[in-house]
Amino acid sequence: MTSDSCGPSSRLYLAAPDQLGLLSSGCGATCLPPGRCTAGPTLLGAAPSGLPNPLTSCRLHQHRPPSSRPLLWARAPSALDMRAGASVSGTGSAGERGSPGLTGAACGHRGGDWRRERVRRWERVRSRAALPRHGPPVGPGSPARARPPRAAPQRAAVVRTGLGEAGTRGPWTRAAGGPMRGPHRGPGPLQLLAPLRLLAPFRSCPLEALRISGPGLALGSGVPMQDSGFSVLSYVAGIAWFLALVFPPLTQRTYMSENAMGSTMVEEQFAGGDRARAFARDFAAHRKKSGALPVAWLERTMRSVGLEVYTQSFSRKLPFPDETHERYVLGEWGVPGPRKHLEGGMVSGTNVYGILRAPRAASTESLVLTVPCGSDSTNSQAVGLLLALAAHFRGQIYWAKDIIFLVTEHDLLGTEAWLEAYHDVNVTGMQSSPLQGRAGAIQAAVALELSSDVVTSLDVAVEGLNGQLPNLDLLNLFQTFCQKGGLLCTLQGKLQPQDWTSLDGPLQGLQTLLLMVLRQASGRPHGSHGLFLRYRVEALTLRGINSFRQYKYDLVAVGKALEGMFRKLNHLLERLHQSFFLYLLPGLSRFVSIGLYMPAVGFLLLVLGLKALELWMQLHEAGMGLEEPGGAPGPSVPLPPSQGVGLASLVAPLLISQAMGLALYVLPVLGQHVATQHFPVAEAEAVVLTLLAIYAAGLALPHNTHRVVSTQAPDRGWMALKLVALIYLALQLGCIALTNFSLGFLLATSMVPAAALAKPHGPRTLYAALLVLTSPAAMLLGSLFLWRELQEAPLSLAEGWQLFLAALAQGVLEHHTYGALLFPLLSLGLYPCWLLFWNVLFWK
Amino acid sequence: MAAAIPLSLLVLLLLGPGGWCLAEHPRDSLREELVITPLPSGDVAATFQFRTRWDSELQREGVSHYRLFPKALGQLISKYSLRELHLSFTQGFWRTRYWGPPFLQAPSGAELWVWFQDTVTDVDKSWKELSNVLSGIFCASLNFIDSTNTVTPTASFKPLGLANDTDHYFLRYAVLPREVVCTENLTPWKKLLPCSSKAGLSVLLKADRLFHTSYHSQAVHIRPVCRNARCTSISWELRQTLSVVFDAFITGQGKKDWSLFRMFSRTLTEPCPLASESRVYVDITNYNQDNETLEVHPSPTTTYQDVILGTRKTYAIYDLLDSAMINNSRNLNIQLKWKRPPENGYIHYQPAQDRLQPHLLEMLIQLPANSVTKVSIQFERALLKWTEYTPDPNHGFYVSPSVLSALVPSMVAAKPVDWEESPLFNSLFPVSDGSNYFVRLYTEPLLVNLPTPDFSMPYNVICLTCTVVAVCYGSFYNLLTRTFHIEEPRTGGLAKRLANLIRRARGVPLL
Repeated sequence: MTSDSCGPSSRLYLAAPDQLGLLSSGCGATCLPPGRCTAGPTLLGAAPSGLPNPLTSCRLHQHRPPSSRPLLWARAPSALDMRAGASVSGTGSAGERGSPGLTGAACGHRGGDWRRERVRRWERVRSRAALPRHGPPVGPGSPARARPPRAAPQRAAVVRTGLGEAGTRGPWTRAAGGPMRGPHRGPGPLQLLAPLRLLAPFRSCPLEALRISGPGLALGSGVPMQDSGFSVLSYVAGIAWFLALVFPPLTQRTYMSENAMGSTMVEEQFAGGDRARAFARDFAAHRKKSGALPVAWLERTMRSVGLEVYTQSFSRKLPFPDETHERYVLGEWGVPGPRKHLEGGMVSGTNVYGILRAPRAASTESLVLTVPCGSDSTNSQAVGLLLALAAHFRGQIYWAKDIIFLVTEHDLLGTEAWLEAYHDVNVTGMQSSPLQGRAGAIQAAVALELSSDVVTSLDVAVEGLNGQLPNLDLLNLFQTFCQKGGLLCTLQGKLQPQDWTSLDGPLQGLQTLLLMVLRQASGRPHGSHGLFLRYRVEALTLRGINSFRQYKYDLVAVGKALEGMFRKLNHLLERLHQSFFLYLLPGLSRFVSIGLYMPAVGFLLLVLGLKALELWMQLHEAGMGLEEPGGAPGPSVPLPPSQGVGLASLVAPLLISQAMGLALYVLPVLGQHVATQHFPVAEAEAVVLTLLAIYAAGLALPHNTHRVVSTQAPDRGWMALKLVALIYLALQLGCIALTNFSLGFLLATSMVPAAALAKPHGPRTLYAALLVLTSPAAMLLGSLFLWRELQEAPLSLAEGWQLFLAALAQGVLEHHTYGALLFPLLSLGLYPCWLLFWNVLFWK
Repeated sequence: MAAAIPLSLLVLLLLGPGGWCLAEHPRDSLREELVITPLPSGDVAATFQFRTRWDSELQREGVSHYRLFPKALGQLISKYSLRELHLSFTQGFWRTRYWGPPFLQAPSGAELWVWFQDTVTDVDKSWKELSNVLSGIFCASLNFIDSTNTVTPTASFKPLGLANDTDHYFLRYAVLPREVVCTENLTPWKKLLPCSSKAGLSVLLKADRLFHTSYHSQAVHIRPVCRNARCTSISWELRQTLSVVFDAFITGQGKKDWSLFRMFSRTLTEPCPLASESRVYVDITNYNQDNETLEVHPSPTTTYQDVILGTRKTYAIYDLLDSAMINNSRNLNIQLKWKRPPENGYIHYQPAQDRLQPHLLEMLIQLPANSVTKVSIQFERALLKWTEYTPDPNHGFYVSPSVLSALVPSMVAAKPVDWEESPLFNSLFPVSDGSNYFVRLYTEPLLVNLPTPDFSMPYNVICLTCTVVAVCYGSFYNLLTRTFHIEEPRTGGLAKRLANLIRRARGVPLL
């Protein structure tokens, strides 16, 4: 654009301090060719004090007699509509569009014989607003032409509507006309008017000199604005928003949405405590005798209580088997899990399930009560309770849905096999016999884990595979019966804080919330309910905890809670769908809905967006810089146009990093046999060590790529690469956060600062350290420490490292056995992206 | 003359019924029967059958006198030119694996299949009207039968009665899997019985017990049958059947013993005086090879042996018309106690048209012995139009049960018996020869979840739109209608104010 381009197309970038809207204003009206600037800028303004007001400066170009300053009184009933008026005037060139902007109003009066004319209707004002802008005068008698333009007094637009500021007189707002008589007059009445801030001037306007360099987003031309205040602010806002989620306005009480489960009208009659214990003893004895799930005994017992009994055998080849495997098979991060029976890498077992057929129902809907059994003797009491409940349920006449009592072998492997066979799909390569008995669409499932005859509390787990959550109503149902039965119920092993008004409650809630975020982010099925969620079966796991508390509950109390839940679920007319599917839980009776927690990750991702925008401006400007002779000193070497810059040079780093990711994903499992042949390690160890080796090898990448990439412009090269990496990261994190908020938020929290800071200048060692500390693997390690810290079982460094190795193996294994997505997500998506930043940092 | 006609009409009216009764006395007959079968699982099945047979040409118009045959159904036959009508209402699912083969199978929900006479020109129209009329007669939602759930099977559902040709164009078949059966369907069904529920076997039909069972199925079958052995003319047969399965586990606390009173909370007190035959059959076949025996009280007068569904069975017969049976004990409560507690290839496929007709897949398969045959059909879940969702869309949508009709080779050859003389439970399905028996099985209906939009969305959108409109419109309106004044610089001062005051008082425009 040339210097006379201060035409209608020039735009002013305005932004209210609380939002980043870009408002284009009628600068065209303002900046006619030099010396002819007539109207307009009076409207805009109100730069923060202490900063040069661009508008006052703009005023320099205008020759305006300070003499006549008419006052325009406008009836302003509320601040609201005045503000609306202001923004309207700011949008588009007011005069041209004929919008009722106040700028136009002022312009309209510019040449009019305003002293005598009394403007009664706003339309008239508006119609006049167009007059001076549109070429031919309206008529000879038009007041607009009655006065020479030069002598036109600047009319003030009436814009001020701020609350209680100077110039406001109750409902009547005083509009000051042309208060700026000098360049730096401080905030005059007009400057207080619109709480808008000029972010950046346009480049080729005479106002070129008025670039603002204030704290804020600099979108300026010429020298790039390196001010990252806004980014820091956005990052801090994101973190603060997340921390604020535990405070009552953002966290709400849970409430039952499902009509069919509304009030607790059922009266629980389960009294089979002794029976449950006897069943549990028998089961444990038979299990010890046979060393595996006593299938025949289970079949017999289930049949004796009146169920239709079926069995299902299954087998599954694990990706990396053998006895050392057990070392890494851990239950919850750190709790050693059950040992699998491995014969040449094959896990095989049998599931037993009995179906209680509801009378006069056509087996279209069912509920599931499942007990996952490992090969050690835990969960016997759960099987006992399941059988006792089945016996009790069988004697009742009110069932409208079939109830499936399922005992699975090998924990989740058995559950996965059963679910796949039930839905007649095969997603994980499980081999199993088809199911003989079905019971329609499963409406809800409850998994039970009990390892003692008495419990002190019941812990509920909701997080499922890949961070899926059951409908909140199911949790509400559990909580209802906790309260009704006087049970002590916990979430994430934490008691429910009672007092949310003081600081203690929210702080306690924050611990629970963080634990939930960590668990959800891990993407593991946290209990066998987690696998049900994939088939859109609402499910949760109840875990009996037996700690050192004095007061204990026996199996009857637990059984009554379960009976109540099942009777309520039996009432369901439709699937659970009324309540939230996406939520965070700072307590059992408190939740944060998705609408409230998403801004946190939004703020974090905004940082990436801002950085990318800044880089884009810089790149663009560098490209333009050469064309402008007086522009900022660009690189000495002639550059290709900005669009073409670096795109070719980006291909190599992108390809290499993606290839590293692919290698990370494929090689450890594929190459385990090679590794075991050449090194004295077992398969599982081999996998983990290969994983780490490839991961670390990725760090050597920049030394390779800078030879591969022949860049003519190193500066532009890394900028382009970083721009691409930023966008890539932002897109990935955005998608992850939509499906699994916790994972997205954790990744964003850790990766965003380093990603935003990475550049080949400045304290590179510091940047490198930061980048390594926030790499996906380091984040996993950190999460483990944070996890145990929050569980009040801190880890030593060595333990942490062992746990880290275990978690790596577990992650790979779960991807292959259940289809958990964390491992491919990190290895194929985030690790290559992170490598790009590493590449940027060591750009040469 | 004018007076004579009414008079003669009156005479005709008086004489008509009496004359008919005298002329052809046994024109209609009623047989009723109850079969009680202890099932292999320990449950007890009770199957009622009431057969009304009428030696009359219902097709002809002008039949106006009905004695035992219900008039509502008789008029239906002549109005819509029906050849056969089979209607069943079922709640529950017959678990063949545990209960063995049933006498009468029916799918869960309501099923209606009708053969029309070949004189019917617009079959679909008659079908639609018929289903609406039946809907009224049986207080059921049969009016929801339309083209989207009606099919015309080509291989299955052959006529059960007399039929000259089997052009399947005159067959219509529909299932409503979601139909719930309850007392309101039972009452009109009972009213069709000649003795209603006043006497005879129908005394046992008390809704509170019948709907306290694991399985409840009631049906109406109308078909033409041969009037005599040489089949020179036809009679109409109406069979009303009702099967229930009592859950022995719940009602008997684990014991397999049962009695009429325990099952129905009623006993039989008197036979239906209109019935020509009224019998109770009790299956006393010894299933298990081990030495558990059973004892029926009172001891039966006669027993009956036959090959039923491929196995030889023994039934104890109680004839209610035998006066000694009731008079001995004033009522009959049959009890049973166990002495010891027990330990070709043809495929027809008609693709669906959206919202017009459903899929129809018929396969004629010869199954190898001891094999599992799996027929799976892939389907896509589609979004419906928003008005097509039911009020409870998240409940899911029903796919009707599929039907398996088979001619199963019998293990024991049955000797041919006189069809008219054999018990009702053994004579609904035509048997070609003794070596086969006919079985029809239904699978359970399937509940499918379709993608369901969030129906609170319109509400949210309305709220949001209203807010936006209110805010925008309000402020715009305010701006547009606002009055702007230009404040004159204060020049006049006190004098002008005074002048204005006077002017205002005078009504003159102000300065």
